[in-house]
Amino acid sequence: MTQWKPVIGLEVHVQLATHSKIFSGSSTAYGAAPNTQASAIDLGLPGVLPVINARAVDMAVLFGLAINATLARRSVFARKNYFYPDLPKGYQISQYELPIVNHGRLLLPRPDGSHKQVRILRAHLEEDAGKSVHDLFPGSSGIDLNRAGTPLLEVVTEPDLESAAEAVQYMRMLHTLVKFIGICDGNMQEGSFRCDANVSVRRIDDTVLGTRTETKNLNSFRFVERAIQYEIARQIEILESGGKIVQETRLYDPDRDETRPMRSKEDAHDYRYFPDPDLLPLLLSEEEIIAAQAILPELPQQREIRYRTEFGLAPDDAAILASEREIAEYFECVTRLTNLPKQAANWITGEVFARLNRDEAAFAPSKVTAESLAALIARVADATISTTMAKQVFDAMWQGEGEPDAIISNRGLRQVTDHREIEALVDAVIAESPEQVAQFRAGKDKVFGYFVGSVMKRSRGKANPQQVNDLILARLRAP
Amino acid sequence: MTLPTTVAALSAGLAQGDFSSVEITTAFLDRIAAGDGRLNSFITVLPEAALQAAHAADERRHAGMAGPLTGVPYANKDIFCTQGAKTTCGSRMLDTFIAPYDATVVTRLNDAGMVMVGKTNMDEFAMGSSNESSFYGPCLNPWKTSCVPGGSSGGSASAVAARFIPFATGTDTGGSIRLPAAYCGISGLKPTYGRISRFGMIAFASSLDQGGPMATTAEDLALTLGIMAGFDSRDPTSADVPAEDFMAGLSQPLAGLRVGLPREFFDANLDARISTTLEAAVRILESLGATCREVSLSSTAYAVPAYYIISSAECSSNLSRYDGVRYGHRCKAPKDLADLYQRSRAEGFGAEVKRRILVGTYALSTGYYDAYYAKAQKLRRLIKEDFTRVFAEVDVIAGPTSPTVAFGLGQKTADPVAMYLSDIYTTAVNLAGLPALSIPAGMVDGLPVGLQLIGNYFGESRLLNVAHQYQSVTDWHARAPALES
Amino acid sequence: MLEAAEVKAIAKLARIQMEPAELPAMVEQLAGILALIEQMNAIDTTDVEPLAHPLELPARRRADVVTERDERTAYQTNAPETREGYFLVPRVIE
Repeated sequence: MTQWKPVIGLEVHVQLATHSKIFSGSSTAYGAAPNTQASAIDLGLPGVLPVINARAVDMAVLFGLAINATLARRSVFARKNYFYPDLPKGYQISQYELPIVNHGRLLLPRPDGSHKQVRILRAHLEEDAGKSVHDLFPGSSGIDLNRAGTPLLEVVTEPDLESAAEAVQYMRMLHTLVKFIGICDGNMQEGSFRCDANVSVRRIDDTVLGTRTETKNLNSFRFVERAIQYEIARQIEILESGGKIVQETRLYDPDRDETRPMRSKEDAHDYRYFPDPDLLPLLLSEEEIIAAQAILPELPQQREIRYRTEFGLAPDDAAILASEREIAEYFECVTRLTNLPKQAANWITGEVFARLNRDEAAFAPSKVTAESLAALIARVADATISTTMAKQVFDAMWQGEGEPDAIISNRGLRQVTDHREIEALVDAVIAESPEQVAQFRAGKDKVFGYFVGSVMKRSRGKANPQQVNDLILARLRAP
Repeated sequence: MTLPTTVAALSAGLAQGDFSSVEITTAFLDRIAAGDGRLNSFITVLPEAALQAAHAADERRHAGMAGPLTGVPYANKDIFCTQGAKTTCGSRMLDTFIAPYDATVVTRLNDAGMVMVGKTNMDEFAMGSSNESSFYGPCLNPWKTSCVPGGSSGGSASAVAARFIPFATGTDTGGSIRLPAAYCGISGLKPTYGRISRFGMIAFASSLDQGGPMATTAEDLALTLGIMAGFDSRDPTSADVPAEDFMAGLSQPLAGLRVGLPREFFDANLDARISTTLEAAVRILESLGATCREVSLSSTAYAVPAYYIISSAECSSNLSRYDGVRYGHRCKAPKDLADLYQRSRAEGFGAEVKRRILVGTYALSTGYYDAYYAKAQKLRRLIKEDFTRVFAEVDVIAGPTSPTVAFGLGQKTADPVAMYLSDIYTTAVNLAGLPALSIPAGMVDGLPVGLQLIGNYFGESRLLNVAHQYQSVTDWHARAPALES
Repeated sequence: MLEAAEVKAIAKLARIQMEPAELPAMVEQLAGILALIEQMNAIDTTDVEPLAHPLELPARRRADVVTERDERTAYQTNAPETREGYFLVPRVIE
């Protein structure tokens, strides 16, 4: 039986999180009524002209730096000419020969601790098309151009990926990265992060690449995985039965879990790319690149490594804390204030995440500020309250009741650490429990818990448990 | 009331209270009503809106808020979008199109208080040298109505020449202001690329298109250019240069002016009588203190082919938006999407526009790009470098605007290439992005001859100065055709 | 030499309906225009950089600010066919 090797390259469309469109001042907000966010420029009315959005450029630069790419000091917008009703001008403005980002990479961690390099050929700026709605009007398609002109960064890999799982791993990592550096909201349902997959297969000992198909508009990790798996299986089956793969554009149908050729792409296209005569070359200065470097945050992968090595966090904790910028910065802030990274990690991955899950809320550092959480952790560390008490205090903080110190004192939760006070409680319990004292002294260690429980109960939970332990032991062991 | 016909005189008369804007607007509207049936220089005349604007201009003057051009009537080439009034671009495609905004040029002129009386005829989408490709029928030359006025801004040129209006806007992609200015015996300026905003000016070829003023005198060009020109953040290729007072340098003497006469412009293509006429014009410049010398612009011999590739390629893409979906002509009962596109465009565009779209589509298609488009862009650089070299030695370049005077209606419509060759002396300027103007410098066969003056980048002031000095000692610009009615 | 089939293909690419009767004249005119254009080949342009814009300036960038508001009603007054805010076209099959 022939061994087949899949060869996969991804083109991910990253919608840039700008306020306005790439060439017009229309809002990019999602979900508006049809054509209410389509300005004269987005509609391609006669006489209008495009002017590039500075922030879209800044975001492309930031991305280029994040993937260790070469930034083109001069990049050029071209026109990709084709007719389609959701393409108002009859051409899409897109960088073609000279994209802004060239030759970057992402390193995918492998289970054995090594990394697989995925080469990113290019990332270019372009405008999105509008939307066609086919099921609203009998015999007609409706055209909504709200999305037309939304800024996209199309990130194109080399055909370095070898399985559907690897493709998804790459896509997840890219997703984390673009959200982390703040250039994309990552919302896949709304189409902010979507993918075209180029798939071919070749015999394992063959060096020539097979004919590839392009499956368009995959807007979830699961669809990417399923579509690629389907394509690989489909292509192998065709080749094994002596058939040939047709180079074509396909669409994934999630309901049927299959890909099929796109009717609208049947015609061979001749896009007639040429430099857009309305747009001058985009130049990047050294100063601008240096300035971008200065604001580029430490990236998730580096942070994860640092959290493990510098803070000694478990790999899972390190990974989750490093995956989102707000969480990472929150964690680091708590750590900086307490100098207790493990405790900080435990609180965030435990109490904070549990409550976010319960409330089905997204992380927001303002709910319990890093300063407040740090103060709470400090009160545990200095034995003002016990861990159990601290959880009560945290609950109150989560409900918006204020700072930990105030809650502790208002609720009288301060731990009793006064030696004499605890000694008095211990002595009283021992005096009242001759039977248990005898049992303990006869070697029945289990009864020790009874003493601790009774003392804590009398202190209404406020006695410092360590002190209680120590004192009971001392008394019981005393001759 | 004797009606002056220059912007300068009208401006002075309004300032002195000799007449009101309503009076002169009415007078110009009457002239149009009386004479334009013959010339067809307007696609749309807007008497009511004009009188309303004239009234507002008079009120503004009474309130002491008038600028120098407040109340002066003018017309816009129908390529400039005008909010609330039809903007057709001379095409069936836009026969019913009402722009929801004003072009920046229109905003600037209206804000200055100028009174728009209508929209002038033009070659369809500005593609043509004779105004014969207009969906609204050809516009005629007021000097001889059997002749074309030149194109594509033929309506503006004809209307100004016939004194229907003192000033009109035009656009020039390969000679479309200068050629009709020459054929109609008026003054027309194509400014430096980027000097005047392209926003709201319907695109033909984006890297070549430039709006500009058309009037009877260089002084009027200076007055109106001052309003039209200026940085516009909505135009990505707008030049961010400081505003200039183009009037300031008009009276500067020409002593020391270095004029270059390109050998290639006085070639075998040039009508010998035009050559003689221009030699006389050159002698007048010399008498004003200029020194003239021959220069060479050898690459400009290839300007026409390079121009036709670049302009057609850009237009093929620029005109893709006319698809019958969001505005513009839509065919009846399309059976599917392909039918909608193909019939709407076949019905909406005229023959010349289709030819250029096809040439451009061909030039950009796979396998031809390098041989045509890339080659033309390389020639474009050589042409620009030619000018740069020459401008190191001279201040302005002088030559013919066109190889002939206005030709007969229908004479060249069957042969597109013959038509294109009317532009042999004008297209190089657009490829290089330089400013150039055409002023009347004589008559041949009862038809005006244009003298073309080309300046260095942003050298409009110098060009206008030379033209104004020339007009101070000649009267070709003051001659008006006696319109047969 | 330009073939009729080629002109037909270009017309299709440009989405311009071309009736068979129009084709011969169009082929002849385009051939004439291309002959004019091919005069370019007389000049050697080896090592010449293409020039896309007359003034070789860098792109000016605009601030990322929303400046447009909803003007759908005004913009759709020119539209041949709209419904519920959508532009309508004959049904498209993807």
